[in-house]
Amino acid sequence: MSGNIKFIQGNEACAEAAVYAGLDFYAGYPITPSTEITEFLASRLPQIGGKFLQMEDEIASLCAIIGASLTGCKVMTATSGPGFSLMQEALGYAIMAEIPCVIVNVQRGGPSTGLPTHGSQGDVNQARWGTHGDHAIIALTASNHQDIFALTVEAFNLAEIYRTPVILLLDEVVAHMRERLVIPQPGEMPLVERLKTTVNEGVDYHPYLPREDGRLPMSDFGGPHRYNVTGLFHDMWGFPSSEPRAVHGLLRHLVDKIENRVNQLARYKEYYIEDAKHLLVSYGSSARSARHIVEKRRSRGERIGLLELQTLWPFPHEMVREKCAAAQAVIVVEQNMGQILQVVKLAVDQPDKVFLANRIDGDFIMPSDILNILRLIQGKGV
Amino acid sequence: MVFSGSGGQGVITAAIILAEAAVLYDGLNAVQSQSYGAEARGGATRSDIIISDTIIHYPKVIQPNVLVCLTQEAYNKFYSIIRPGGLLISDTRYVQTEKKVDAQQKEIAMYETVIAKIGKPIVFNICMLGTVIAITGLVNPESIMKALQHRIPADFLDMNRKALDMGIKLGETAKN
Amino acid sequence: MVKKAYLRERFFPHLWCPGCGHGMVLNGLLQAIEKMGLSRNEIVMVSGIGCSSRITGYVDFHTLHTIHGRALAFATGVKMARPELNLIVPMGDGDALAIGGNHFIHAARRNIDITAIVMNNRIYGMTGGQFSPLSGEDVRATTAPYLTIDPGFDVVELSKAAGATFVARTTTYHIQQMSDIIQQAILHEGFSVVEIFSQCPTYFGRKNKAGDAVDMIAYFKKNTTPIGSTAKKENPDLIERGVFVQKEKPEYCSQYEKLVQKAMKGR
Repeated sequence: MSGNIKFIQGNEACAEAAVYAGLDFYAGYPITPSTEITEFLASRLPQIGGKFLQMEDEIASLCAIIGASLTGCKVMTATSGPGFSLMQEALGYAIMAEIPCVIVNVQRGGPSTGLPTHGSQGDVNQARWGTHGDHAIIALTASNHQDIFALTVEAFNLAEIYRTPVILLLDEVVAHMRERLVIPQPGEMPLVERLKTTVNEGVDYHPYLPREDGRLPMSDFGGPHRYNVTGLFHDMWGFPSSEPRAVHGLLRHLVDKIENRVNQLARYKEYYIEDAKHLLVSYGSSARSARHIVEKRRSRGERIGLLELQTLWPFPHEMVREKCAAAQAVIVVEQNMGQILQVVKLAVDQPDKVFLANRIDGDFIMPSDILNILRLIQGKGV
Repeated sequence: MVFSGSGGQGVITAAIILAEAAVLYDGLNAVQSQSYGAEARGGATRSDIIISDTIIHYPKVIQPNVLVCLTQEAYNKFYSIIRPGGLLISDTRYVQTEKKVDAQQKEIAMYETVIAKIGKPIVFNICMLGTVIAITGLVNPESIMKALQHRIPADFLDMNRKALDMGIKLGETAKN
Repeated sequence: MVKKAYLRERFFPHLWCPGCGHGMVLNGLLQAIEKMGLSRNEIVMVSGIGCSSRITGYVDFHTLHTIHGRALAFATGVKMARPELNLIVPMGDGDALAIGGNHFIHAARRNIDITAIVMNNRIYGMTGGQFSPLSGEDVRATTAPYLTIDPGFDVVELSKAAGATFVARTTTYHIQQMSDIIQQAILHEGFSVVEIFSQCPTYFGRKNKAGDAVDMIAYFKKNTTPIGSTAKKENPDLIERGVFVQKEKPEYCSQYEKLVQKAMKGR
């Protein structure tokens, strides 16, 4: 047995990946079905000299990691729907103050306390628009443990590159199931470290003045540069400003730094798309059901394919439009009432050819749920 | 396959050990999942295990080839999902089986054997695992022991090996 | 007056109203820091939202102006990540004890080495004069046109019960005591709470016919007394000021260091 092969839960895969990515500081609050991430890190982080905090609630957890991030730490918190709701104000703060951090939301059935021990993908739009005001966000998802590992590392990298919170949307099904994970060797996956300013002590440092490439070098709290961090609109020093040009410039910067890089941020997988008459579009655990169908039907010679999205936000409109162009019908497979369906309809040339195969009763979406829709589209009845 | 029983019987642990043994020591693919309510003890617990030599996409079990029921509640709840003609293993102490079930039903005195020979219900689940691998031949017993080694304290290994062997014997007897 | 070196002068004049007590708290705070000779780079000041919280904009430290009520949670993250830094968290009464009440008691419970300053003017100033959990009964506010029926918290008793290991109270009249107490609070290893009565002539004063700033400060002088004074025995209605609690108890970050040693050994 190789020491790098594990048989573990998706939550543990996520926590392992966070450690691999260089996690220094974690704060969290117990909530099903994300608790295993918190438990794993409570045990592991102290062993490697990292910091673990169990806070009094979820918003305090996010606030604490934002504080720690400002000292130069790589930080993460994990939660589920109700906790994610509670975090929204601090999430907006992290967006506004451009604080690198990773927020894992292991989705369960909602609204409210909902279905704590059942899977769902109902927080897709909350990840996009949960916090108030215009903003952009990066949200990633994954359908298997190897991808959870890869996308968690990616989340840390993107948080550093774009100085932004990155949301990792897992769900109860992949988070709790166990399967094989091969942990990459150190160095096998590239890691992005904090970009630190080269401005010397005593020279004016502008924490909020982007370089030409759009990145903003940081200076750690406790370091030689003293500056202000605020959730108010602010100038290039971080001081509050309601001057219209400053407000406009900052909001454009916050949105453009992400929305203008949609293509660079798009992570996805495709299976048998080229000649597919029927194209399934799915993500997270639902993509496993979709893939199951695609493999079965392909072996019978049916022209069916799968586009598995891993970047949900910013939504890769162009890519989705191109991939869907040749298909006669597009079926979005998800465990909600059509949250990604709506954006796929906006992305494609013929919205009428986009259908939904979903499940919203807490049970995991079955291959037959997808087959029924396929049969309906084909005019075969259910 | 599906293992079912009551919370606290170790049904999920048994499923994890079996799947882990298959992946880490027998070079197979496996996915293990569970569904449960808010209770930590009691209630009908179910754990799904898929073992395959190819990649597993759909992670849940719809029609198990093998169904294990360790309580009446679990039996009543799950017997209908078994693949027609599949293997249904139940424990004589806890389950009264019904004739109408379309399966090869094996009623095995796992609990009573464990109590009589070891005296500790804690290894009931490991005995059950022994029975399952003996009848199905899916996973190597040594692989189960290896998986147990890094999960339980060394002091308890002997008792677990005893329970596993006992289960294997019960399984071999039932197979014929 | 304190050294200008601690101030970000380009942001003056400050936004506080004429006669507001918060500038006096800023003065007392900076006097304390100056006396201690702390370097600006080793101080992180974290605040939430409200009039009081704007204090972070005016001081040349590492400053983190956060969201309403959560300053102590942010500060906990900074302190845990960099225990060698001095964390000072000025808060208003609503900020600290209404929306932030949960974080307040939990920071106290952990005994993490943070200095919490509650600038208590018994009113929400920034939103225009609503009552706070420190207003107490029979106070007039825009949300209490018939006078408040809500009892107030006693910050000292609350902090003691929650586990703070340094608890003190003073007022803007007692500026020397204020700076001495803040100095002790910063030096104290553990969670320290300094409640400072501060006047809001604009809202609290006008609504409650408490007079102008001078009258309100005079009120602090007249209605408070040193802890255990004979005046207190004669007039139990007087509010005591001074240091109520100062005790040694393991501090959270040093406890965490011990936990790390244990975890590393067990590896």
